[in-house]
Amino acid sequence: MSELRARLRGWNEAVQKWLPPWWSRALAGLLIVIGIALPFPFSSSSPFMNATIIAVAYAVMSLGLNIVVGFAGLLDLGYVAFYALGAYSLGWLGSGFFFKAQVHVLVSPVASTLPGVHLNFILILIGAALICAAAGVVIGLPTLRLRGDYIAIVTLAFGEIIAVVAVNGQSVHVGGGMTLTAGNLGISSVDSPYFPGIGSFSLLNLRPWYWLIFAILLVVVFVNLRLRDSRLGRAWVALREDEVAAVSMGIPLVKTKLLAYAIGAAFGGMSGAFFGTYYTVVNAAQFQFGFSIFILAMVIIGGLGSIWGAVVGGLALGYINNYLIPDVLNGLPAKVGLHFPLTQVEFGIFGFLLVVMMVLRPQGLIPERRRRLELTAEIAAEDAQLAEAPGTPGGGT
Amino acid sequence: MSSTGTPPPAPPAVALSVLRAEHVTKAFGGLVAVNEVSFDVPQYSIVSLIGPNGAGKTTLFNMLTGLYRPTEGRILLGERDITHARPDVITRYGVARTFQNIRLFGAMTAVENVMVGHHAQMRAGLFGSIFRPPWVRREELQTRERARELLAYVGLREPAFDRLAAQLPYGDQRRVEIARALASQPTLLLLDEPTAGMNPQESQALTEFMRAMRDDLKLTILLIEHDMKVVMGVSERVTVLDYGKKIAEGEPAEVRADPGVIEAYLGKQA
Repeated sequence: MSELRARLRGWNEAVQKWLPPWWSRALAGLLIVIGIALPFPFSSSSPFMNATIIAVAYAVMSLGLNIVVGFAGLLDLGYVAFYALGAYSLGWLGSGFFFKAQVHVLVSPVASTLPGVHLNFILILIGAALICAAAGVVIGLPTLRLRGDYIAIVTLAFGEIIAVVAVNGQSVHVGGGMTLTAGNLGISSVDSPYFPGIGSFSLLNLRPWYWLIFAILLVVVFVNLRLRDSRLGRAWVALREDEVAAVSMGIPLVKTKLLAYAIGAAFGGMSGAFFGTYYTVVNAAQFQFGFSIFILAMVIIGGLGSIWGAVVGGLALGYINNYLIPDVLNGLPAKVGLHFPLTQVEFGIFGFLLVVMMVLRPQGLIPERRRRLELTAEIAAEDAQLAEAPGTPGGGT
Repeated sequence: MSSTGTPPPAPPAVALSVLRAEHVTKAFGGLVAVNEVSFDVPQYSIVSLIGPNGAGKTTLFNMLTGLYRPTEGRILLGERDITHARPDVITRYGVARTFQNIRLFGAMTAVENVMVGHHAQMRAGLFGSIFRPPWVRREELQTRERARELLAYVGLREPAFDRLAAQLPYGDQRRVEIARALASQPTLLLLDEPTAGMNPQESQALTEFMRAMRDDLKLTILLIEHDMKVVMGVSERVTVLDYGKKIAEGEPAEVRADPGVIEAYLGKQA
């Protein structure tokens, strides 16, 4: 087994040597081109396109949570709060919900005749990011002074609080007969994204939606990459590795953690705003605790702390949840004589996948460079031990 | 807010004191770990803090670096009161430290560890990191370059620079920790048992290195040390703690002859 691994590593090194130094840039360029061209072979309103759009939006959320959990090591079990707040930002700033207001900025000719606040989607996206970042700071200030598991418990509670506020917000009057949220009725008839020269997006043609969320993904990946290799990224990893040593090296504890939390929140909010307009309704029932865990599972399956891992984890669970289970394999139990659709056991399937991952590949699909270094070095050390003492069974660990 | 009112009474030592603890006490519940300890660290000196296990040396270090808040007393860094300052702020004021049981960031390379030490001197914030304008690029390059220089200075060999700290041999980990502390450009360096786990030759080399550091970098060094050979060889002043109290202070020779110190170390003679 270890011999095989050593040989695989040898091949890997050989390939790395053979590749020119610009190969990673070329690969990134190629992936972007493939990403842009992806919708063309598929019908513009196919279930696959729908699943792809949702999966890419999940990847954006997964990238946001990865900053909090993966980079800074703060276990956040209430990430759904920022999904909710992002979606409500869209509901507030891009629909007729605040019907007494008359605000129109760069919106479609139809929307500009309607009452309510109607902002251009890009402005809403920025607004959602800012609102969520601010909420992240407010939630984070008392929370992030805690350590380890306590952060998980308190963030979980905040996630639940936001969900309850979303349901009961219909009784919170903000003046003029307007309420904070529409509860389980949902804020409906939200604006579709509109861009001058392109027009309004329609759910009959999903391609523009895909390109929009793909562009958001590119921006978020770019920001993640830049942050990872920066003073701030190092400070996050240092805090994750050893808090005491990190503060003794001059890293301000609360400020640095808050930044991670706020940036993660902002990305969750952007994705939430996109979901708000894509689902055409902002409904309090969407924001369940299970969704926090679902996004956390994407980060873990992808590889904690790894940017490409978060993308792959988000896409993988997105496709499994929205395409593979409901569209491709849903009839599978019926074929073997069982009378239930596969969608009824989807959480069982996710649980099973998570267990399989933890057993076979605990570092995730695409582990972070640091973890990979750690793991491969451990394997190398094991190999060296075995080579030194071929006679002794089970070298000491 | 700093104490500008009354000038401190002229200390007996000629040199300016960099650090001054005044009646510092730390109690954990009923246990008084450090009890009314006062001492001075003169500029450009090497001062040792010694005492039997559990005497409160590391607790004192943790108060000096802001990890613990003193229950009573005052700590002055030059003219500045740092009694209630946060650890990262104290580091910015020029105090750096190493730890008794090495606390490197295991999943970072040696160079990255040292770069973290330079954190407080860097300016790149959130937007600087994202947009990476030329000055951030330059800052990043210079920090990396400086980190490599520091690693070379503490005697790490080139191939170890880009290895994960957790995978370095013990001696190299100690070196990286010192380099990381130096990266914050301190004026006062606190070393918590720097020779722990070293053989006599290595300890001797470190003793010489401490003097070289002090002279090269214009440092003041305060160290906790158990190895009496190192203490006697390197320090200009020695402070002895026992059961949280200061029982002696002075030049190494005086302290060694002090009956109270002998008693603390060897037990009361019948």
